[in-house]
Amino acid sequence: MSSLAFQDVVVRYDRHVAVQPFTDSVRPGEWLCLIGPNGAGKSSVLRAVAGLVGHEGTITVDGAPLAVRSPRRRAALVAYVPQSPLIPADMTGFDYVLLGRNPYIGYFGSESRHDRALVQDVLERLDLVRFADRRLGTLSGGEQQRLVIARAVAQEAPVLLLDEPTSALDIGHQQQALELVDRLRREHGLTVVSAMHDLTLAGVYADRLTLLHQGSVVAAGAAAEVLRAETLSEFYGVSVSVHHDPDGTVVVVPRRTAPLA
Amino acid sequence: MTAHADHRPRHRWWLLAALALLVGAAVLGAMVGPAGSISSTNWHIIWKIRLPRVVLAAIVGSMLSLAGASYQGVFRNPLVDPYLLGSAAGAGLGATLVFAYARSATLHWPVDPLPLAAFVGALVAVLVTYSVGVSFGGNSLTLVLAGVAVAALCTAVQQMVLLRNADVIDEVYSWISGRLSTATWADVRLVTPYVLVSSVILLLHRRQLDVLRVGDEEAASLGAEVKRVRLVVVIAATLGTAAVVSVSGLIGFVGIMVPHVVRLVFSASYRWVLPMSIVVGATFLILADVPGRVLEHGRETPIGVVTAFLGAPMFIVVLRSKRRLT
Repeated sequence: MSSLAFQDVVVRYDRHVAVQPFTDSVRPGEWLCLIGPNGAGKSSVLRAVAGLVGHEGTITVDGAPLAVRSPRRRAALVAYVPQSPLIPADMTGFDYVLLGRNPYIGYFGSESRHDRALVQDVLERLDLVRFADRRLGTLSGGEQQRLVIARAVAQEAPVLLLDEPTSALDIGHQQQALELVDRLRREHGLTVVSAMHDLTLAGVYADRLTLLHQGSVVAAGAAAEVLRAETLSEFYGVSVSVHHDPDGTVVVVPRRTAPLA
Repeated sequence: MTAHADHRPRHRWWLLAALALLVGAAVLGAMVGPAGSISSTNWHIIWKIRLPRVVLAAIVGSMLSLAGASYQGVFRNPLVDPYLLGSAAGAGLGATLVFAYARSATLHWPVDPLPLAAFVGALVAVLVTYSVGVSFGGNSLTLVLAGVAVAALCTAVQQMVLLRNADVIDEVYSWISGRLSTATWADVRLVTPYVLVSSVILLLHRRQLDVLRVGDEEAASLGAEVKRVRLVVVIAATLGTAAVVSVSGLIGFVGIMVPHVVRLVFSASYRWVLPMSIVVGATFLILADVPGRVLEHGRETPIGVVTAFLGAPMFIVVLRSKRRLT
């Protein structure tokens, strides 16, 4: 299990500052969910951890800065599931998940027997064996998404980053994908940081929510503390009602602004 | 044991079958020609004229196919051929300059400056493309756009030169259409070192090309060094392409079609696309070089014309049959 810490992390695109100094510490095995309107900087935080965009300040895994790691070493520590993965239509499911082993293979090397056995094991545990020989282009969006998560699992990184993992899925597959992540987190002690738009789901699965607005943290804490009607109204410009179920679930429901006829 | 494990031996059988086909093509290529088939009297013809031609066809066909497949991989674009970054236009310009200004002056030189000029022209064009592309970000789109600009510039200069030297238009045009008819063992010796180095480097990158199939960003998140892979593959593919262009002129269509045929009937994984492209490309160009010799008596049909003439319908048939299967 690994911890992930941000110290004054700033992300810029040319002159535009996407993330203002961001400081947080994610405990080993914790699930932190970043929420906030479009352009709030959620994806930029994740991309900075994955090394896809430069940043100021330091991001550390188990106390060691990521920026000094080689790309392969970094990929062995942090797995990243992008918002819209590029799916090679004529690649088989097995070969796709096998790409997750790249951090452990030398530049000119090829996959070992161990890598193939591990991928086979991941496919079995995630109930994806039947897609091993299928071409990705013949699979549904939900099936593809589960293979993307499987690829991240095959990466065996202690930190898992998910950028809108459910935005392309129907409600059933959303639940399936998030249950899968939650199960993996418990079984492997993964530290998870996700960006999500569905506030109810974010509250259900994450231990802690951080609300970003224009690159700054404006609210943070448990779902019940962050998901409040007035807070959401202020930063999303939305009119919602928030219900608290007896089991502690916080349900966010949009309301019509025009009166019903 | 598992479902995925069983198609690797099958792939090996395919590769062996393709190799057998290549040997058959080479034998056919050695036997057919205006002087008739093998007999003791024309062994000389076979050794001096037909065999170097068959070997050179194999080298050029395999190199163009391998370079085309590699370019398609690093640019993640199926419409790409090895001439993409301006190597064809650069080689064409280099050759045109020799035809227009240096033919009579270099008539008595011990080495023909034509291949050298084409080789240097191709390398310089790609070098310019690469430095321009990298200065605007270095992703695949800026590189391709820079390639388009450099190719347009080279072609414009070439046309200006041709307009002032209309007497060499025929020679330049024939060079651009590609030819293997003048192949000698000297040509084979000239290109072999470049083609070997280029092919080894490209084959060593076949797994990296599979990683790049998920896009620059995801490949980077998997620990791949995308820019380094792209740079090394482009340099190696350009070196090999420039070498074969210098001896055979511009033979089109092979570099784009062969990798596609391999992908469609065989496997889309680069660890198989690259070696199979070598074998299929060699076979295809040996075979394509045969009809040109006997089609019109006394005059050869340029190989570039034959490759497109045979290749295009063949490509359509493969596309059609594949669509029915899926």
